[in-house]
Amino acid sequence: MIPEKNKKSAAVPMIAALVLLLAVVLLENVSLLLPQGSVPSVLLPTSQLFSVLKKGAVYSLAAVSMNLLNGFTGLFSLGQAGFMLLGAYTYAILSVPIAERAAVYYLYGGSAVNFSFQDMFGAVFGTEGVGGAISMGLGVVVAMVLAGCVAAVFAYFIGLPVLRLKSDYLAIATLGFAEILKAVFQWQALGPVTNGANMIKSFPTFSSFNLTDASGKVTLRLSTFFPFLVAIVCIAIICMLINSSYGRAFKAIREDEIAAEAMGINLAKHKMLSFCTSAFFAGVSGALFAMFVNNAQAKVYTTTMTYEILLIVVIGGIGSISGSCIATFLYVACSEWWLRFLDNEVVLANGTKLPFLRSGFRMVVFSVVIMIVVLFFRKGIMGDRELTDLFAKKSKKGKEAVQ
Amino acid sequence: MEFAISVLISGISVGGQYALIAIGYTMVYGILRLINFAHGDVFMVAGLLGIYLSASLPLYLSLPLVLVLTVALGFCIERVAYKPLRAAPRMSVMISAIGVSYLIQNTATYITGGQPMTYPTIPFLSDTVKIAGTSTKWVTILTPFLVLALVLALTQLINHTKVGMAMRAVAKDFETSQLMGIKINSVISVTFVIGSALAAVGSMLYFTNFQAITPTAGALPGLRAFVAAVVGGIGSIPGAVVGAFIIGICENVIKSTEFTVFSDAGTFALLILILVVKPTGLFGEKVTDKV
Repeated sequence: MIPEKNKKSAAVPMIAALVLLLAVVLLENVSLLLPQGSVPSVLLPTSQLFSVLKKGAVYSLAAVSMNLLNGFTGLFSLGQAGFMLLGAYTYAILSVPIAERAAVYYLYGGSAVNFSFQDMFGAVFGTEGVGGAISMGLGVVVAMVLAGCVAAVFAYFIGLPVLRLKSDYLAIATLGFAEILKAVFQWQALGPVTNGANMIKSFPTFSSFNLTDASGKVTLRLSTFFPFLVAIVCIAIICMLINSSYGRAFKAIREDEIAAEAMGINLAKHKMLSFCTSAFFAGVSGALFAMFVNNAQAKVYTTTMTYEILLIVVIGGIGSISGSCIATFLYVACSEWWLRFLDNEVVLANGTKLPFLRSGFRMVVFSVVIMIVVLFFRKGIMGDRELTDLFAKKSKKGKEAVQ
Repeated sequence: MEFAISVLISGISVGGQYALIAIGYTMVYGILRLINFAHGDVFMVAGLLGIYLSASLPLYLSLPLVLVLTVALGFCIERVAYKPLRAAPRMSVMISAIGVSYLIQNTATYITGGQPMTYPTIPFLSDTVKIAGTSTKWVTILTPFLVLALVLALTQLINHTKVGMAMRAVAKDFETSQLMGIKINSVISVTFVIGSALAAVGSMLYFTNFQAITPTAGALPGLRAFVAAVVGGIGSIPGAVVGAFIIGICENVIKSTEFTVFSDAGTFALLILILVVKPTGLFGEKVTDKV
């Protein structure tokens, strides 16, 4: 009975994900399909909508990976930004084309790493036309997987001493490691590798995925599709992990460590597995974030970033993956787009200026909203339920009504 | 030699300022088991209040007013953001603290416009003095003594007054002390009041030395002070003070070498080392979990 149920429940999310991906592709190509001038401004490629969608996809992966650790395993870690930094730098260092390296690392007289996956695959598939696109795509994906692996390896070594700590102490220790990583990556002595405190840029970004014809005109936009694809694949893997026996062990550890240990669950092993997996996907999302902002710079990955992701997890509901995803898009849209009008001064027709509205007010309103959610809607949007649970309940109710 | 002395002096002085913040962390943690992430931002607000109030009022009025307003802020934060979550899991309260910190920082950005503000010079404290061949500000010399005096007063308060006894009882066992007729809400409020007052004093000393205040200026001193509290053994006031002096000196020693980038990393490395070797800190009580 159980396998049958699993099969059925796996098909629905898969179809939903495909539909979502198709919708994203359609949405971003509307401006190409419709005749010029008749495109609503919100669908133009420069619209805030797409930057929100891209950032949302990146952050939802970061939030889900944090949720795996904080929500499902009950390990309160604040090292997310540190692992994202590792991922971003690994990706950036391995992806800057060799031809660009001298320009990027001009302060250090060229880079110590004279290698990029794009060029390596370029030697096999060619660098022009279809071959060029394939080598670029492959290079990005391989570098991204490696970004995750580097973050996971670091997580393993950080986890060895740190995972023995409990709750608050674990939080502070992981936060400390994130700060240390940030300092190390800004160190001048590592400049030839990390470019010191300067940013690494000129690597392939989301807009590299737009297909162009010979004259450079965009024929098919895939720049929003790509982060969605990566995020969906990664989140699907996390879902499978959570629904496996490992996931059940994680939840047991969350509920009661001592009881879980008594049931024969190897605490150290499972905590480490969760920590490293979470770091892996945080690394991938860091690579995506670097692609989103077009550069990698250590000073961006602050504790504030970790707090942001933590707040997203809390708003979505600790222990709910779909909650995290929904909350991410709401959070990003509110902070970047919907509340923008609060930052602009408004002068009414009769000459009076509306009070309070000026630069910075948006974030004040936004943080008040967050406080209200934290204080009064403690379970977040979804609690610990998933979207599929809601549908399952509804169909059950429907069946009962029929009988 | 002179260089070494000046590094040491400024280390001790900064350590004293961290100690004043760290006491707020350690007292709150001792009673509520909560890392009050907003404490560093309260410290920053005290600095901003100092700027705005001394712009229009004479110093002898503005400084006490800073103290009063900071205490009011600390009190309000506890009542609004932490009290409703008394029965909630510890993680919710911590997240609420992060939310408060976020709110304070954003509000400060809104009010100041994000520009660094300059702290007013307090006469006498900002005057320079020559000691052992190095010139420094009076505040550097005075801080350790002031800190010691305040800490002594505080330990007297905790060990020899009724409120102090209530605090110790609540820190020992939340529920039992409630059953014994201690009004825990007022005890917790007193804790926040003391913590905020010390943070306000700390801000006057700290920002006399480092005059630029940005909305995030409280975050790092706050974190360092928290680390100090953990190193000293969280919940213990003498521990927090000793830890703060250690952190302050380490930071200044690292800053005086070529590894300036690592001044904060060094602090956190010390924290992790302590946590791994002696998780309860230098003076912390050993707690055993009962199943």
